[in-house]
Amino acid sequence: MADKFKPDLTYSDVTPKTLYMGRRNFLLGLAATGAAVTAYKRLPGLFAPRATGSVPVPLNGVVQSKYTTTGEKVTPENWVTSYNNYYEFGVEKDDPSKNAKNFVTSPWTVSIEGEVAKPQKLSMDDILKVAPLEERVYRHRCVEAWSIVVPWIGYSFSNIVKLAEPTPKAKYVAFETYYDRKQMPLGSEAGIQLPYREGLRLDEAMNPLTLLCVGMYGETLPNQDGAPVRIVVPWKYGFKSAKSLVKIRFVKSEPETTWDMFTGVNGTPEYGFYANVNPNVDHPRWSQAKERRLGEFLKRPTLMFNGYGDLVASLYAGMDLRKNF
Amino acid sequence: MNKFLTSKWTKFAVFLICLIPAGDLVGRALTALVAGLPLETYLTPDPIKFITHRTGDWTLRFIIFALAVTPLRKILKLPQLIRFRRMLGLFAFFYGTLHFLTWMVLDKFFDWRDMWADVYKRPFITLGFVGFVLMIPLALTSTAGMIRRLGGKRWQRLHRLIYVTACLGAIHYYWSVKSDVRKPLFFAALIAILLAWRIAVWTIARRNAPDAVTDSPPSSPASA
Repeated sequence: MADKFKPDLTYSDVTPKTLYMGRRNFLLGLAATGAAVTAYKRLPGLFAPRATGSVPVPLNGVVQSKYTTTGEKVTPENWVTSYNNYYEFGVEKDDPSKNAKNFVTSPWTVSIEGEVAKPQKLSMDDILKVAPLEERVYRHRCVEAWSIVVPWIGYSFSNIVKLAEPTPKAKYVAFETYYDRKQMPLGSEAGIQLPYREGLRLDEAMNPLTLLCVGMYGETLPNQDGAPVRIVVPWKYGFKSAKSLVKIRFVKSEPETTWDMFTGVNGTPEYGFYANVNPNVDHPRWSQAKERRLGEFLKRPTLMFNGYGDLVASLYAGMDLRKNF
Repeated sequence: MNKFLTSKWTKFAVFLICLIPAGDLVGRALTALVAGLPLETYLTPDPIKFITHRTGDWTLRFIIFALAVTPLRKILKLPQLIRFRRMLGLFAFFYGTLHFLTWMVLDKFFDWRDMWADVYKRPFITLGFVGFVLMIPLALTSTAGMIRRLGGKRWQRLHRLIYVTACLGAIHYYWSVKSDVRKPLFFAALIAILLAWRIAVWTIARRNAPDAVTDSPPSSPASA
Protein backbone atom coordinates (compact mmCIF):
# COMPACT_ATOMS: atom_id res chain seq x y z
CA MET A 1 0.00 0.00 0.00
CA ALA A 2 2.86 2.35 0.66
CA ASP A 3 3.56 2.26 -3.08
CA LYS A 4 0.35 4.00 -3.88
CA PHE A 5 0.52 7.71 -4.53
CA LYS A 6 -1.76 9.74 -2.27
CA PRO A 7 -2.79 13.04 -3.82
CA ASP A 8 -2.45 15.69 -1.16
CA LEU A 9 -3.27 18.64 -3.37
CA THR A 10 -6.62 20.36 -2.94
CA TYR A 11 -8.27 23.08 -4.93
CA SER A 12 -6.76 25.72 -2.62
CA ASP A 13 -3.30 24.74 -3.86
CA VAL A 14 -4.06 25.86 -7.39
CA THR A 15 -2.12 28.99 -8.22
CA PRO A 16 -4.50 31.93 -8.64
CA LYS A 17 -4.56 33.40 -12.10
CA THR A 18 -3.34 36.77 -10.84
CA LEU A 19 -0.10 35.15 -9.72
CA TYR A 20 0.43 33.28 -12.91
CA MET A 21 3.21 35.38 -14.37
CA GLY A 22 3.06 36.27 -18.01
CA ARG A 23 6.22 36.36 -20.07
CA ARG A 24 6.21 40.14 -20.11
CA ASN A 25 6.08 40.34 -16.31
CA PHE A 26 8.80 37.73 -16.07
CA LEU A 27 11.13 39.74 -18.32
CA LEU A 28 10.26 42.98 -16.54
CA GLY A 29 11.08 41.27 -13.26
CA LEU A 30 14.42 40.13 -14.65
CA ALA A 31 15.31 43.62 -15.84
CA ALA A 32 14.19 45.25 -12.59
CA THR A 33 16.17 42.91 -10.35
CA GLY A 34 19.16 43.38 -12.66
CA ALA A 35 18.99 47.15 -12.41
CA ALA A 36 18.60 46.97 -8.62
CA VAL A 37 21.61 44.67 -8.26
CA THR A 38 23.76 46.87 -10.49
CA ALA A 39 22.83 49.98 -8.51
CA TYR A 40 23.56 48.20 -5.23
CA LYS A 41 26.98 47.07 -6.44
CA ARG A 42 28.03 50.61 -7.33
CA LEU A 43 27.28 51.81 -3.81
CA PRO A 44 30.46 50.68 -1.98
CA GLY A 45 32.65 52.47 -4.53
CA LEU A 46 31.42 55.79 -3.21
CA PHE A 47 32.84 55.15 0.24
CA ALA A 48 36.06 53.29 -0.65
CA PRO A 49 39.29 54.78 0.77
CA ARG A 50 41.81 56.25 -1.62
CA ALA A 51 44.42 53.82 -2.91
CA THR A 52 47.97 54.36 -1.66
CA GLY A 53 49.97 52.36 -4.23
CA SER A 54 52.03 53.38 -7.23
CA VAL A 55 50.16 54.72 -10.26
CA PRO A 56 51.20 54.89 -13.95
CA VAL A 57 52.92 58.05 -15.22
CA PRO A 58 53.52 59.04 -18.87
CA LEU A 59 56.74 57.81 -20.49
CA ASN A 60 58.56 60.33 -22.68
CA GLY A 61 60.86 59.83 -25.65
CA VAL A 62 59.33 56.55 -26.75
CA VAL A 63 60.23 55.67 -30.35
CA GLN A 64 58.46 53.41 -32.82
CA SER A 65 59.95 49.97 -33.30
CA LYS A 66 60.56 47.86 -36.38
CA TYR A 67 59.41 44.87 -34.32
CA THR A 68 55.94 46.27 -33.79
CA THR A 69 53.02 44.17 -35.06
CA THR A 70 50.94 45.92 -37.70
CA GLY A 71 47.40 45.34 -38.90
CA GLU A 72 45.92 44.48 -35.50
CA LYS A 73 43.32 46.46 -33.60
CA VAL A 74 44.74 47.40 -30.22
CA THR A 75 42.62 46.13 -27.29
CA PRO A 76 40.99 48.94 -25.24
CA GLU A 77 43.27 49.87 -22.35
CA ASN A 78 40.63 49.50 -19.65
CA TRP A 79 40.21 45.84 -20.57
CA VAL A 80 43.94 45.17 -20.36
CA THR A 81 43.95 46.79 -16.91
CA SER A 82 40.82 45.06 -15.58
CA TYR A 83 41.18 41.52 -16.96
CA ASN A 84 44.34 40.06 -15.50
CA ASN A 85 46.02 36.90 -14.35
CA TYR A 86 48.26 37.91 -11.46
CA TYR A 87 47.72 35.22 -8.86
CA GLU A 88 49.62 37.05 -6.12
CA PHE A 89 46.67 39.47 -6.12
CA GLY A 90 43.91 36.83 -6.43
CA VAL A 91 42.94 34.22 -8.98
CA GLU A 92 39.85 35.87 -10.47
CA LYS A 93 40.32 38.06 -13.52
CA ASP A 94 39.02 41.17 -11.77
CA ASP A 95 40.99 40.56 -8.55
CA PRO A 96 44.37 42.09 -9.54
CA SER A 97 42.93 45.47 -10.58
CA LYS A 98 41.19 45.72 -7.20
CA ASN A 99 43.86 44.21 -4.95
CA ALA A 100 47.00 45.73 -6.49
CA LYS A 101 45.84 49.31 -5.85
CA ASN A 102 48.05 49.69 -2.79
CA PHE A 103 51.08 47.91 -4.27
CA VAL A 104 54.19 50.09 -3.86
CA THR A 105 56.78 49.60 -6.61
CA SER A 106 59.22 52.34 -5.71
CA PRO A 107 62.07 52.01 -4.89
CA TRP A 108 62.69 48.89 -6.97
CA THR A 109 65.80 46.82 -7.58
CA VAL A 110 66.42 44.11 -10.14
CA SER A 111 69.31 41.84 -9.32
CA ILE A 112 71.32 40.30 -12.17
CA GLU A 113 73.27 37.28 -11.02
CA GLY A 114 74.52 33.78 -11.83
CA GLU A 115 76.86 32.87 -14.67
CA VAL A 116 77.75 36.46 -15.64
CA ALA A 117 80.90 38.52 -15.77
CA LYS A 118 79.08 41.57 -14.39
CA PRO A 119 76.56 40.72 -11.68
CA GLN A 120 74.78 43.90 -10.65
CA LYS A 121 71.76 45.48 -9.08
CA LEU A 122 69.76 47.85 -11.24
CA SER A 123 67.36 50.53 -10.02
CA MET A 124 64.40 51.54 -12.21
CA ASP A 125 66.35 54.68 -13.21
CA ASP A 126 69.21 52.44 -14.37
CA ILE A 127 66.85 50.18 -16.29
CA LEU A 128 65.20 53.09 -18.12
CA LYS A 129 68.67 54.20 -19.36
CA VAL A 130 69.94 50.87 -20.74
CA ALA A 131 68.46 51.41 -24.21
CA PRO A 132 65.99 53.72 -25.98
CA LEU A 133 62.38 52.91 -25.12
CA GLU A 134 60.37 51.54 -28.03
CA GLU A 135 56.65 51.06 -28.44
CA ARG A 136 55.85 47.55 -29.64
CA VAL A 137 52.37 46.34 -30.43
CA TYR A 138 52.27 42.59 -29.75
CA ARG A 139 49.58 39.93 -29.83
CA HIS A 140 49.34 38.40 -26.36
CA ARG A 141 47.84 34.90 -26.22
CA CYS A 142 46.88 33.46 -22.85
CA VAL A 143 47.10 29.70 -22.33
CA GLU A 144 43.40 29.95 -21.35
CA ALA A 145 42.55 30.61 -25.02
CA TRP A 146 41.85 34.33 -24.90
CA SER A 147 44.01 37.01 -26.45
CA ILE A 148 44.64 40.75 -26.52
CA VAL A 149 46.75 43.20 -28.55
CA VAL A 150 48.85 45.51 -26.40
CA PRO A 151 51.16 48.45 -27.21
CA TRP A 152 53.96 47.60 -24.78
CA ILE A 153 56.91 49.92 -24.07
CA GLY A 154 60.43 48.69 -23.48
CA TYR A 155 63.46 47.39 -25.34
CA SER A 156 64.86 44.05 -26.43
CA PHE A 157 65.92 41.98 -23.45
CA SER A 158 69.17 41.26 -25.33
CA ASN A 159 70.34 44.69 -24.11
CA ILE A 160 70.27 43.37 -20.54
CA VAL A 161 72.07 40.19 -21.60
CA LYS A 162 74.86 42.27 -23.15
CA LEU A 163 75.07 44.39 -20.02
CA ALA A 164 75.45 41.28 -17.83
CA GLU A 165 78.02 39.57 -20.08
CA PRO A 166 77.04 35.93 -19.50
CA THR A 167 79.89 33.42 -19.25
CA PRO A 168 80.03 30.49 -21.73
CA LYS A 169 78.44 28.33 -19.02
CA ALA A 170 75.19 30.31 -19.12
CA LYS A 171 72.60 28.46 -21.22
CA TYR A 172 69.33 29.62 -19.66
CA VAL A 173 67.88 32.71 -18.01
CA ALA A 174 65.73 32.31 -14.90
CA PHE A 175 63.30 35.05 -13.85
CA GLU A 176 62.03 35.51 -10.33
CA THR A 177 59.22 37.91 -9.53
CA TYR A 178 58.36 39.96 -6.48
CA TYR A 179 56.53 38.22 -3.65
CA ASP A 180 55.67 39.85 -0.36
CA ARG A 181 53.02 38.18 1.81
CA LYS A 182 52.14 41.50 3.38
CA GLN A 183 51.41 43.23 0.08
CA MET A 184 50.08 40.05 -1.53
CA PRO A 185 48.11 38.22 1.16
CA LEU A 186 46.09 36.27 -1.42
CA GLY A 187 49.24 34.68 -2.83
CA SER A 188 49.17 31.87 -0.29
CA GLU A 189 45.77 30.77 -1.57
CA ALA A 190 46.64 30.79 -5.27
CA GLY A 191 47.57 27.11 -5.35
CA ILE A 192 50.91 27.71 -7.08
CA GLN A 193 54.45 27.99 -5.72
CA LEU A 194 55.53 31.55 -5.13
CA PRO A 195 57.64 33.56 -5.75
CA TYR A 196 56.61 33.12 -9.37
CA ARG A 197 59.44 31.72 -11.46
CA GLU A 198 59.84 31.65 -15.21
CA GLY A 199 62.68 31.04 -17.61
CA LEU A 200 63.92 31.07 -21.20
CA ARG A 201 66.70 29.41 -23.09
CA LEU A 202 69.50 31.94 -23.63
CA ASP A 203 68.93 32.08 -27.40
CA GLU A 204 65.22 32.71 -26.79
CA ALA A 205 66.13 35.49 -24.37
CA MET A 206 68.47 36.96 -27.01
CA ASN A 207 65.76 37.00 -29.69
CA PRO A 208 64.96 40.64 -30.50
CA LEU A 209 61.23 40.04 -29.92
CA THR A 210 61.81 39.22 -26.23
CA LEU A 211 60.95 42.49 -24.56
CA LEU A 212 62.03 43.94 -21.25
CA CYS A 213 58.85 45.89 -20.65
CA VAL A 214 58.41 48.99 -18.48
CA GLY A 215 55.17 50.42 -19.83
CA MET A 216 52.09 50.21 -22.00
CA TYR A 217 49.64 52.60 -23.67
CA GLY A 218 52.16 55.46 -23.38
CA GLU A 219 52.61 55.15 -19.61
CA THR A 220 54.54 53.13 -17.06
CA LEU A 221 52.99 49.75 -16.22
CA PRO A 222 49.93 49.66 -13.97
CA ASN A 223 50.42 47.45 -10.88
CA GLN A 224 48.07 44.71 -12.08
CA ASP A 225 49.94 44.46 -15.41
CA GLY A 226 53.31 43.79 -13.79
CA ALA A 227 54.73 47.14 -12.60
CA PRO A 228 57.39 48.32 -12.64
CA VAL A 229 59.24 45.97 -15.01
CA ARG A 230 58.29 42.68 -16.64
CA ILE A 231 59.23 40.41 -19.49
CA VAL A 232 57.07 39.99 -22.61
CA VAL A 233 57.59 36.97 -24.88
CA PRO A 234 54.95 37.34 -27.61
CA TRP A 235 55.27 33.91 -29.25
CA LYS A 236 54.74 32.05 -25.97
CA TYR A 237 51.65 31.71 -23.78
CA GLY A 238 51.14 34.66 -21.48
CA PHE A 239 52.32 32.92 -18.33
CA LYS A 240 55.88 32.95 -19.70
CA SER A 241 55.79 36.77 -19.60
CA ALA A 242 56.62 37.14 -15.91
CA LYS A 243 55.57 40.30 -14.09
CA SER A 244 57.25 42.54 -11.49
CA LEU A 245 60.76 41.12 -11.97
CA VAL A 246 63.24 41.22 -9.10
CA LYS A 247 65.83 38.65 -10.14
CA ILE A 248 67.41 37.71 -13.47
CA ARG A 249 69.68 34.72 -13.05
CA PHE A 250 71.86 33.22 -15.80
CA VAL A 251 72.12 29.46 -15.25
CA LYS A 252 73.63 26.31 -16.73
CA SER A 253 70.54 24.10 -16.95
CA GLU A 254 66.83 24.47 -17.51
CA PRO A 255 65.45 26.32 -14.48
CA GLU A 256 62.38 25.17 -12.56
CA THR A 257 59.35 27.29 -13.38
CA THR A 258 56.15 27.79 -11.41
CA TRP A 259 53.72 26.35 -13.97
CA ASP A 260 56.09 23.60 -15.07
CA MET A 261 56.35 22.42 -11.46
CA PHE A 262 52.59 22.65 -11.07
CA THR A 263 50.66 19.43 -11.43
CA GLY A 264 47.03 20.01 -12.27
CA VAL A 265 44.06 18.74 -10.34
CA ASN A 266 44.48 15.43 -12.19
CA GLY A 267 48.02 15.08 -10.88
CA THR A 268 49.65 15.45 -14.28
CA PRO A 269 51.84 18.35 -15.47
CA GLU A 270 49.83 20.59 -17.77
CA TYR A 271 52.25 23.37 -18.68
CA GLY A 272 55.59 22.80 -20.35
CA PHE A 273 58.79 24.84 -20.12
CA TYR A 274 58.64 26.02 -23.73
CA ALA A 275 54.93 26.95 -23.82
CA ASN A 276 55.14 28.15 -27.42
CA VAL A 277 51.75 29.19 -28.79
CA ASN A 278 50.78 26.15 -30.85
CA PRO A 279 47.28 25.49 -32.25
CA ASN A 280 48.15 21.82 -32.85
CA VAL A 281 48.98 20.87 -29.27
CA ASP A 282 45.98 20.91 -26.94
CA HIS A 283 46.11 21.75 -23.29
CA PRO A 284 44.95 18.58 -21.47
CA ARG A 285 41.67 20.26 -20.58
CA TRP A 286 40.96 22.46 -23.59
CA SER A 287 41.77 22.94 -27.24
CA GLN A 288 44.36 25.53 -28.29
CA ALA A 289 43.22 25.60 -31.92
CA LYS A 290 41.17 28.76 -31.45
CA GLU A 291 41.17 31.78 -29.19
CA ARG A 292 38.78 34.52 -28.22
CA ARG A 293 40.20 37.95 -28.94
CA LEU A 294 38.66 40.07 -26.20
CA GLY A 295 35.89 42.14 -27.77
CA GLU A 296 35.13 39.61 -30.51
CA PHE A 297 32.13 37.29 -30.35
CA LEU A 298 33.39 34.39 -32.46
CA LYS A 299 36.65 32.61 -31.77
CA ARG A 300 39.47 33.09 -34.24
CA PRO A 301 42.08 30.52 -35.25
CA THR A 302 45.26 30.58 -33.17
CA LEU A 303 48.46 31.16 -35.17
CA MET A 304 51.57 29.01 -34.82
CA PHE A 305 54.04 30.88 -32.60
CA ASN A 306 51.23 33.43 -32.22
CA GLY A 307 52.08 34.64 -35.74
CA TYR A 308 55.76 35.34 -34.99
CA GLY A 309 57.14 32.22 -36.70
CA ASP A 310 59.25 34.20 -39.18
CA LEU A 311 61.41 35.46 -36.35
CA VAL A 312 61.39 32.54 -33.94
CA ALA A 313 60.65 29.23 -35.71
CA SER A 314 64.37 28.67 -36.36
CA LEU A 315 64.98 28.51 -32.59
CA TYR A 316 63.16 25.18 -32.53
CA ALA A 317 64.49 23.57 -35.70
CA GLY A 318 64.63 19.78 -35.27
CA MET A 319 62.70 19.84 -31.98
CA ASP A 320 59.52 17.83 -31.43
CA LEU A 321 57.15 20.57 -30.28
CA ARG A 322 54.57 17.98 -29.24
CA LYS A 323 57.00 16.63 -26.69
CA ASN A 324 58.57 19.97 -25.82
CA PHE A 325 55.23 21.76 -25.43
CA MET B 1 6.05 30.23 10.96
CA ASN B 2 3.66 27.70 9.51
CA LYS B 3 1.52 30.46 8.03
CA PHE B 4 4.56 32.20 6.62
CA LEU B 5 5.90 29.05 4.97
CA THR B 6 2.57 28.03 3.46
CA SER B 7 1.71 31.51 2.21
CA LYS B 8 1.61 31.76 -1.55
CA TRP B 9 3.29 35.14 -1.22
CA THR B 10 6.33 33.53 0.38
CA LYS B 11 6.56 31.14 -2.52
CA PHE B 12 6.23 34.02 -4.95
CA ALA B 13 8.96 35.96 -3.13
CA VAL B 14 11.30 32.95 -3.21
CA PHE B 15 10.60 32.63 -6.92
CA LEU B 16 11.64 36.25 -7.48
CA ILE B 17 14.76 35.85 -5.34
CA CYS B 18 15.78 32.81 -7.37
CA LEU B 19 15.60 34.98 -10.49
CA ILE B 20 18.09 37.54 -9.17
CA PRO B 21 21.25 35.85 -10.59
CA ALA B 22 19.71 35.66 -14.06
CA GLY B 23 18.30 39.16 -13.63
CA ASP B 24 21.76 40.40 -12.70
CA LEU B 25 23.21 39.08 -15.96
CA VAL B 26 20.34 40.50 -18.02
CA GLY B 27 20.57 43.77 -16.08
CA ARG B 28 24.29 44.08 -16.81
CA ALA B 29 23.70 43.53 -20.51
CA LEU B 30 20.73 45.93 -20.64
CA THR B 31 22.53 48.63 -18.62
CA ALA B 32 25.35 48.56 -21.18
CA LEU B 33 23.00 48.49 -24.17
CA VAL B 34 20.80 51.32 -22.87
CA ALA B 35 23.88 53.48 -22.20
CA GLY B 36 25.29 52.62 -25.65
CA LEU B 37 28.39 51.06 -24.06
CA PRO B 38 30.02 47.80 -25.14
CA LEU B 39 28.67 44.71 -23.35
CA GLU B 40 32.11 44.24 -21.80
CA THR B 41 31.53 47.31 -19.60
CA TYR B 42 29.48 45.32 -17.09
CA LEU B 43 30.10 41.75 -18.23
CA THR B 44 33.94 41.86 -17.98
CA PRO B 45 36.18 41.85 -21.08
CA ASP B 46 35.38 38.15 -21.58
CA PRO B 47 31.56 38.19 -21.23
CA ILE B 48 31.11 34.59 -22.35
CA LYS B 49 33.45 33.26 -19.69
CA PHE B 50 31.76 35.46 -17.10
CA ILE B 51 28.27 34.22 -18.05
CA THR B 52 29.52 30.61 -18.14
CA HIS B 53 30.99 30.85 -14.65
CA ARG B 54 28.00 32.66 -13.15
CA THR B 55 25.40 30.24 -14.53
CA GLY B 56 27.55 27.24 -13.58
CA ASP B 57 27.95 28.50 -10.01
CA TRP B 58 24.21 28.99 -9.63
CA THR B 59 23.40 25.56 -11.05
CA LEU B 60 25.49 23.96 -8.32
CA ARG B 61 24.08 26.28 -5.67
CA PHE B 62 20.48 25.41 -6.56
CA ILE B 63 21.29 21.70 -6.61
CA ILE B 64 22.65 22.19 -3.09
CA PHE B 65 19.56 24.20 -2.03
CA ALA B 66 17.25 21.48 -3.37
CA LEU B 67 19.26 18.74 -1.64
CA ALA B 68 19.16 20.71 1.61
CA VAL B 69 15.34 20.82 1.76
CA THR B 70 14.78 17.33 3.17
CA PRO B 71 17.52 17.46 5.85
CA LEU B 72 16.34 20.92 6.89
CA ARG B 73 12.68 20.01 7.13
CA LYS B 74 13.51 16.94 9.21
CA ILE B 75 16.07 18.63 11.46
CA LEU B 76 14.07 21.85 11.92
CA LYS B 77 10.78 19.92 12.01
CA LEU B 78 9.35 22.14 9.31
CA PRO B 79 7.62 19.78 6.87
CA GLN B 80 6.19 22.77 4.95
CA LEU B 81 9.65 23.40 3.46
CA ILE B 82 8.84 20.68 0.94
CA ARG B 83 6.73 23.27 -0.87
CA PHE B 84 9.91 24.89 -2.16
CA ARG B 85 11.81 21.81 -3.28
CA ARG B 86 10.36 21.47 -6.77
CA MET B 87 10.94 25.16 -7.48
CA LEU B 88 14.57 24.99 -6.29
CA GLY B 89 15.16 21.86 -8.37
CA LEU B 90 13.66 23.49 -11.43
CA PHE B 91 15.84 26.55 -10.90
CA ALA B 92 18.87 24.24 -10.82
CA PHE B 93 17.69 22.95 -14.18
CA PHE B 94 17.01 26.53 -15.39
CA TYR B 95 20.55 27.70 -14.57
CA GLY B 96 22.01 24.40 -15.85
CA THR B 97 20.22 24.97 -19.15
CA LEU B 98 21.56 28.53 -19.34
CA HIS B 99 25.05 27.19 -18.57
CA PHE B 100 24.72 24.54 -21.29
CA LEU B 101 23.29 27.00 -23.83
CA THR B 102 26.09 29.47 -23.07
CA TRP B 103 28.56 26.75 -23.96
CA MET B 104 26.65 25.58 -27.05
CA VAL B 105 25.64 28.94 -28.51
CA LEU B 106 28.00 31.60 -27.19
CA ASP B 107 31.18 29.56 -26.72
CA LYS B 108 30.98 26.96 -29.50
CA PHE B 109 28.46 28.75 -31.74
CA PHE B 110 26.84 25.48 -32.90
CA ASP B 111 30.19 24.03 -34.02
CA TRP B 112 29.00 20.43 -33.53
CA ARG B 113 32.35 18.88 -34.30
CA ASP B 114 34.12 21.08 -31.79
CA MET B 115 31.41 20.39 -29.21
CA TRP B 116 31.65 16.65 -29.72
CA ALA B 117 35.44 16.82 -29.43
CA ASP B 118 35.01 18.70 -26.13
CA VAL B 119 32.54 16.17 -24.69
CA TYR B 120 34.58 13.21 -25.96
CA LYS B 121 38.09 14.37 -25.11
CA ARG B 122 37.73 16.43 -21.97
CA PRO B 123 36.60 14.60 -18.86
CA PHE B 124 35.35 17.71 -17.06
CA ILE B 125 33.06 18.56 -19.98
CA THR B 126 31.92 14.93 -20.29
CA LEU B 127 30.89 14.94 -16.64
CA GLY B 128 29.15 18.31 -16.87
CA PHE B 129 27.29 17.20 -19.98
CA VAL B 130 26.14 13.91 -18.43
CA GLY B 131 25.10 15.71 -15.25
CA PHE B 132 22.98 18.12 -17.28
CA VAL B 133 21.39 15.39 -19.40
CA LEU B 134 20.42 13.48 -16.24
CA MET B 135 18.49 16.53 -15.04
CA ILE B 136 16.24 16.55 -18.12
CA PRO B 137 14.01 13.58 -17.09
CA LEU B 138 13.71 15.09 -13.63
CA ALA B 139 12.49 18.41 -15.01
CA LEU B 140 10.08 16.62 -17.38
CA THR B 141 8.57 14.57 -14.55
CA SER B 142 8.32 17.44 -12.08
CA THR B 143 4.60 18.06 -12.57
CA ALA B 144 1.94 16.68 -10.25
CA GLY B 145 0.47 14.79 -13.21
CA MET B 146 3.75 13.01 -13.91
CA ILE B 147 4.18 12.12 -10.24
CA ARG B 148 0.73 10.52 -10.32
CA ARG B 149 1.38 8.72 -13.56
CA LEU B 150 4.73 7.31 -12.39
CA GLY B 151 3.57 6.47 -8.89
CA GLY B 152 5.24 7.97 -5.85
CA LYS B 153 7.84 5.29 -5.32
CA ARG B 154 8.99 5.04 -8.93
CA TRP B 155 9.02 8.82 -9.18
CA GLN B 156 11.17 9.03 -6.07
CA ARG B 157 13.56 6.40 -7.37
CA LEU B 158 13.94 8.29 -10.65
CA HIS B 159 14.54 11.56 -8.86
CA ARG B 160 17.43 10.09 -6.90
CA LEU B 161 19.32 10.79 -10.12
CA ILE B 162 19.91 14.25 -8.67
CA TYR B 163 22.48 12.65 -6.34
CA VAL B 164 24.43 11.56 -9.41
CA THR B 165 24.11 14.99 -11.01
CA ALA B 166 25.28 16.65 -7.80
CA CYS B 167 28.42 14.47 -7.66
CA LEU B 168 29.15 14.93 -11.37
CA GLY B 169 28.64 18.68 -11.02
CA ALA B 170 31.06 18.90 -8.11
CA ILE B 171 33.78 16.97 -9.97
CA HIS B 172 33.06 18.92 -13.18
CA TYR B 173 33.77 22.16 -11.32
CA TYR B 174 36.82 20.77 -9.50
CA TRP B 175 38.41 19.53 -12.72
CA SER B 176 37.73 22.73 -14.60
CA VAL B 177 39.72 25.14 -12.41
CA LYS B 178 43.38 25.88 -12.94
CA SER B 179 44.89 25.98 -9.47
CA ASP B 180 42.78 27.53 -6.72
CA VAL B 181 40.42 24.68 -5.75
CA ARG B 182 38.94 26.27 -2.62
CA LYS B 183 35.56 27.12 -4.12
CA PRO B 184 34.99 23.79 -5.89
CA LEU B 185 36.05 21.99 -2.70
CA PHE B 186 33.57 24.06 -0.69
CA PHE B 187 30.72 23.06 -3.03
CA ALA B 188 31.87 19.43 -2.98
CA ALA B 189 31.96 19.44 0.83
CA LEU B 190 28.39 20.75 1.06
CA ILE B 191 27.17 18.09 -1.37
CA ALA B 192 29.09 15.42 0.55
CA ILE B 193 27.46 16.50 3.84
CA LEU B 194 23.98 16.46 2.30
CA LEU B 195 24.49 13.00 0.80
CA ALA B 196 26.15 11.67 3.96
CA TRP B 197 23.09 12.76 5.96
CA ARG B 198 20.91 10.62 3.70
CA ILE B 199 23.20 7.62 3.99
CA ALA B 200 23.12 8.00 7.78
CA VAL B 201 19.30 8.17 7.80
CA TRP B 202 19.03 5.12 5.55
CA THR B 203 21.50 3.14 7.61
CA ILE B 204 19.61 3.88 10.80
CA ALA B 205 16.26 3.04 9.19
CA ARG B 206 17.66 -0.23 7.87
CA ARG B 207 19.04 -1.21 11.26
CA ASN B 208 15.73 -0.45 12.97
CA ALA B 209 13.68 -2.44 10.45
CA PRO B 210 15.92 -5.07 8.87
CA ASP B 211 13.02 -7.23 7.67
CA ALA B 212 11.55 -4.47 5.60
CA VAL B 213 14.54 -4.20 3.32
CA THR B 214 15.92 -7.72 3.11
CA ASP B 215 14.46 -11.05 2.03
CA SER B 216 16.86 -13.12 4.10
CA PRO B 217 15.37 -14.98 7.06
CA PRO B 218 15.78 -13.34 10.46
CA SER B 219 19.15 -14.21 11.91
CA SER B 220 19.26 -16.44 14.92
CA PRO B 221 20.05 -14.75 18.22
CA ALA B 222 23.16 -16.91 18.54
CA SER B 223 24.86 -15.37 15.55
CA ALA B 224 24.20 -11.78 16.60
